[in-house]
Amino acid sequence: MKAFAALYQALDRTTSSRKKIAAIAAYLDTVAPEEAAWAVYFLAGGKIKRLLPTAYLRAYVLRQTDLPHWLFEECYETVGDLAETIALLLPQSRTVRDTPLNEWVTEGLLPLQSLGEEERASELDRLLDGWDSDTRFICLKFITGGFRVGVSRLTVTRALAQHTGLAVTQMAQRMVGYLNNRQNPSATRYQALVADRDEDLKAIEPGQPYPFFLAQPLGQETDALNALWAESNRWQVEWKWDGIRAQIVCRHGEVWLWSRGEDLITEQFPELSEMAQVLPAGTVLDGEILVWHEGQFISASFASLQKRLGRKRLTEAFKRDYPVVFMAYDLLEHEGLDCREEPLQIRRERLVNLSGAHPDSRLKLSPVVAVDDAEQASCEQATAREARVEGLMIKALDSQYGVGRTRQAGLWFKYKLDPLTVDAVLIYAQRGHGRRASLYTDYTLAVWDDATPGAPRTLVPIAKAYSGLMDKEIKQIDAILRKSTIESFGPVKRVEPTLVFELGFEGILPSPRHKSGVALRFPRLLRWRIDKPVQEADSLVTLKALL
Amino acid sequence: MDLVIRRPEGLYCPPGDFYIDPWRPVSRAVITHAHADHARAGHDHYLVSADSEHVLRARFGQLPMETLHYGESIDHHGVQVSLHPAGHVLGSAQVRLAYKGHVWVVSGDYKLAPDPTCALFEPVRCDTFITESTFGLPVYRWPDEATVMQSINEWWAKNASQGVSSLLYAYAFGKGQRLLAGLDPSIGPIITHGSLDALNLAYQASGVALPKTARVTDVNDADKKRALILAPPSAASSPWMKRFGETSHAMVSGWMQIRGARRRRGVDRGFVLSDHADWPALLSAIDATGASRVIVTHGNAVSLIRWLNETGRQAQAFETEYGEIES
Repeated sequence: MKAFAALYQALDRTTSSRKKIAAIAAYLDTVAPEEAAWAVYFLAGGKIKRLLPTAYLRAYVLRQTDLPHWLFEECYETVGDLAETIALLLPQSRTVRDTPLNEWVTEGLLPLQSLGEEERASELDRLLDGWDSDTRFICLKFITGGFRVGVSRLTVTRALAQHTGLAVTQMAQRMVGYLNNRQNPSATRYQALVADRDEDLKAIEPGQPYPFFLAQPLGQETDALNALWAESNRWQVEWKWDGIRAQIVCRHGEVWLWSRGEDLITEQFPELSEMAQVLPAGTVLDGEILVWHEGQFISASFASLQKRLGRKRLTEAFKRDYPVVFMAYDLLEHEGLDCREEPLQIRRERLVNLSGAHPDSRLKLSPVVAVDDAEQASCEQATAREARVEGLMIKALDSQYGVGRTRQAGLWFKYKLDPLTVDAVLIYAQRGHGRRASLYTDYTLAVWDDATPGAPRTLVPIAKAYSGLMDKEIKQIDAILRKSTIESFGPVKRVEPTLVFELGFEGILPSPRHKSGVALRFPRLLRWRIDKPVQEADSLVTLKALL
Repeated sequence: MDLVIRRPEGLYCPPGDFYIDPWRPVSRAVITHAHADHARAGHDHYLVSADSEHVLRARFGQLPMETLHYGESIDHHGVQVSLHPAGHVLGSAQVRLAYKGHVWVVSGDYKLAPDPTCALFEPVRCDTFITESTFGLPVYRWPDEATVMQSINEWWAKNASQGVSSLLYAYAFGKGQRLLAGLDPSIGPIITHGSLDALNLAYQASGVALPKTARVTDVNDADKKRALILAPPSAASSPWMKRFGETSHAMVSGWMQIRGARRRRGVDRGFVLSDHADWPALLSAIDATGASRVIVTHGNAVSLIRWLNETGRQAQAFETEYGEIES
């Protein structure tokens, strides 16, 4: 843990990716593979389930420090991070242990799973004693399941490449699936990751998917669109589906379904693995999982898919009510051969043949939208909302299937719909976390409800939002909020309604659970409407007209 | 009877008819220390500690000043006024007021930790103690200052060995000199931002030993790469900063205790060193006064007051205009 804590400090103390890569590579050079296995897992964003309810952590720290509950909460509000707050409050000690990261995780942390909740809490001493406050902070981050250190997966991939001398793309390929939380990191898996030959990896991970190729966002300006067709007319246009991006891997008579977050989701969609059983071995498809009712021309809403995802146990009735399909749009492996370097046109042709040879209502082929120029693209995009898609995908016909959001292998663009917007009023504020700790950055926004004629208008909350503003604006708003507080409920301040924001969102659904009667999807602040008086903010009637 | 009340102009002593650290111009002001939120221009008469005379002149020029040595007392309308070291910055003082058997102490800003550039905080017994609470939450517990100075010197030495300039942001008055006194000049040259120079001279004139410093124009490029540059946070995005090549940035402040604050600053390192009392020091300072009543001014007043009231002391707040500068 000492070595990992030192690495954490080094990473936390620089903003330069070059230095971060060097620090990780140097660390990997020195530690045992058992430890490197877990370090790579955590640094690249791998999670373990939170094993202790935070209430137990709170109770523990109150017991250790004799602080009253309110004072702890006050501290937490200021620090904006539970693990950090606890580490700062616990009695100080020096590091006197020498347990490596992997041992602390596998022999200290993970065994909590087999204990009852009460027993888990009593293990906290053993997990936290003997470390200094910086190391305890990291331990607590693991315990709360919130470990992050401002290192991207790509940074870790580059560090691994530097450590092994392998190409970054090859490393990226091997990293796919490493974070899958059904299999714990181990020396064997790590050694396969850094092995000299690719075969060593395949032997261990037969279900290995490919890194997803991601599209570049295309600006909303018509200029950006015009520029595409001015450059070339060799584009394939498809809908941008609003589901879960996934790969179906069929090898050796087995099927794996991977989400873009590299979670193995095979068991959640048994219909899809059943469908894929009949595909020839050595096939990998890229596509989108959607809920789609038979006979319908458009997919069901994303909300239906969410319902499906939220279900732990799938009943037959539930599968019938929320039937899923795989909307295939690319072929990455054909007859056991990686075909990502073939041009899109060829891959598409093979995909069409493949789906033609295996008709199944659960396997759909993402249709090509007939578009010959920018103007047509713009017209089609305008119909996206009715078609329940997010916009258009514009892919170069000669594009290879690249790795991540890169341009070298070929151009893929996503041309998304403008978000829906509403001008809303800030009525509650709460302090943020992390970089925004102690600043009021989490807002509840409201619109006017003038449903009752004759009665005065009231503000009804419609969404919480906390992103999309510049640091400078955040500071100004924080100062205004502190001066305009009417009352506080714990961490939440009710403020005088004086600030209006343009709130963007992707969709709106009726919701009996919300006071406003609607729920917004992906709400975020687009800009601060300094020019707009509160009285001129939008009303619930305007909002509901979007339903 | 209350020896100090809050008036729109500032904290006021009714029987003595004078103010302490007023924020509006008044005829008589007792000044605890020379930071801008406590010492302001425009009063007709200033009573200050002898140690703060030079720094006050450096900041405000000529002032109608009367000085008092620590421990020395004068009588004003029957109020015995004396000044006692607050350990915050050079010349910082707690103001002790005694009148008809009542004793009140206004502490201004203070810290208990040792500081080579100013006199050590002296506990003063009183009935009512007026305290700051800048860091009035238990998450603020300062590491030992010798360890912090050592890690600053190590950071500088490591940068210097790699040909990287070390840029240290710290408040120009107080923190700046405290750092200078603790830096190891054998590592390389120390360059100071112009805003520190007059204060450094004032400290030296008051008898505080500081290492030799240079102006940026006097140092050649090779030496800049080994140099430690001391500048106020306000210089962060100024053209002055463009005079250096590859630089590691660090900030020295009590706020650096919180990771979020450090990340907002966008610095590579945050060193936790403050001229204010941390939570344990606030509580022990309050205890040492033996005061039955505590009045809390700027900072996390709400938390500290509630804590004091819940632990058997009588505490209340004064709304002030202090605490508007970097701590």
